[in-house]
Amino acid sequence: MCLAIPGEILSTRGDTALERTGIIRFGSITKAANIALVPEATIGDYVLVHAGIAISIVQPEEAKQLFDFLDNINLDATKKTESSGDTES
Amino acid sequence: MKYIDEYRDGEAAQQYLTAIKAITTRPWTIMEVCGGQTHAIVRFGIADLLPDDIHLVHGPGCPVCVTPLEMIDKAIAISSLPDVIFCSFGDMLRVPGSAQDLQSVRAQGGDVRYIYSPLDCLKIARDNPDKHIVFFAVGFETTAPGNAMLVYQAAQEGLNNLSVLVSHVLVPPAIQTIISSPQSRVQGFLAAGHVCAIMGTQEYTPLAHQYQVPIVVTGFEPLDILQGLYMCIKQLEEGRCQVENQYARVVTEQGNTAAQNLIAQVFRITSRKWRGIGDIPQSGLSLSPQYAGFDAEQRFGMAADTPVEEPEECISGLILQGLKKPKQCTAFGKACTPEHPLGATMVSGEGTCAAYFKYST
Repeated sequence: MCLAIPGEILSTRGDTALERTGIIRFGSITKAANIALVPEATIGDYVLVHAGIAISIVQPEEAKQLFDFLDNINLDATKKTESSGDTES
Repeated sequence: MKYIDEYRDGEAAQQYLTAIKAITTRPWTIMEVCGGQTHAIVRFGIADLLPDDIHLVHGPGCPVCVTPLEMIDKAIAISSLPDVIFCSFGDMLRVPGSAQDLQSVRAQGGDVRYIYSPLDCLKIARDNPDKHIVFFAVGFETTAPGNAMLVYQAAQEGLNNLSVLVSHVLVPPAIQTIISSPQSRVQGFLAAGHVCAIMGTQEYTPLAHQYQVPIVVTGFEPLDILQGLYMCIKQLEEGRCQVENQYARVVTEQGNTAAQNLIAQVFRITSRKWRGIGDIPQSGLSLSPQYAGFDAEQRFGMAADTPVEEPEECISGLILQGLKKPKQCTAFGKACTPEHPLGATMVSGEGTCAAYFKYST
């Protein structure tokens, strides 16, 4: 039930704060969603939409951290291998 | 799709698995809290790829599963009334009550509709002034802001022909119940990313400190889960018990304060019964006094619960607490299937038993 899908805001409309609506592109599908709870979201932002309501803005810089984290793990592993090789020689 | 496809990369997954194997020196038992995470773990076969020493147990994070039978029976009773349009998320429609399900009510002529968003109920209420619209407001913290917004907007518009049947539950009290049980084997948690998108990581710090257990807020894609597991195992191996955030692209420490404010205005915290587990103090939401006029239980005179017995053969309560796995149940796949579920964990596609049935049989 807590499924939420990231999509790109193409346009926004809405007269009152709680009725602020975005037209959101999810891959090849475009659908309206309420964006009142992410007031700082603007066109071009990706938002996470749950049951027709955007609950969070996807942070592009943070989206890379999973891969940076992996690079650091791999780098540490390589250093350990090299250092154990140095000891043996 | 952006922000989905890249987190399903097979090569990166293999590298995370290698890294997990490299840091694991002894057995660890870790619980993923959310049904969406359970679904991904079973669907992508993650548990089978992990080292033998890593045991995943599946948590209570499926709101459809933990909605008590008594509440399903109330939904069926209200939806069977004339002049009622009963609206619900689709996954509640086939959950059996003690005698039938909402789908059966619809087949018998009841006006039962599944909706995409709770806000869809506003239009239905405006278009049907001579009917009473009832929304089945179930879910965790993820769903609470949308359901709160429905009630808030209905009040603003003066829509008197709309009410909500509330069965909201909260995650931290359930984690506390599990971790404080003497039978619990859980040593670390992957917390539910979308719940934390609303509430932030802050709610979990007291739990990590009090119970000396690592909690990693984790997303739902395979790489999210593998990184969350790596971070959790790393803490366990190093003897640390902290709240860490794997899902920082979506979750902040403070969470979504606009959503939290709306929830606090429309709802109040109350005790709730969890199907398969029982009563948990301060583990749910009901309408605040200001919005009590939108309470369907009050409006239809159904505030009192009629206790319903669960089938004795069903061990869903033990599964929800991570004490048993589906294949340890004698009814699994025989007397209990998704078409004829006996208990909580088989009633929804996000339930642990339903996920095992779909992907492992």
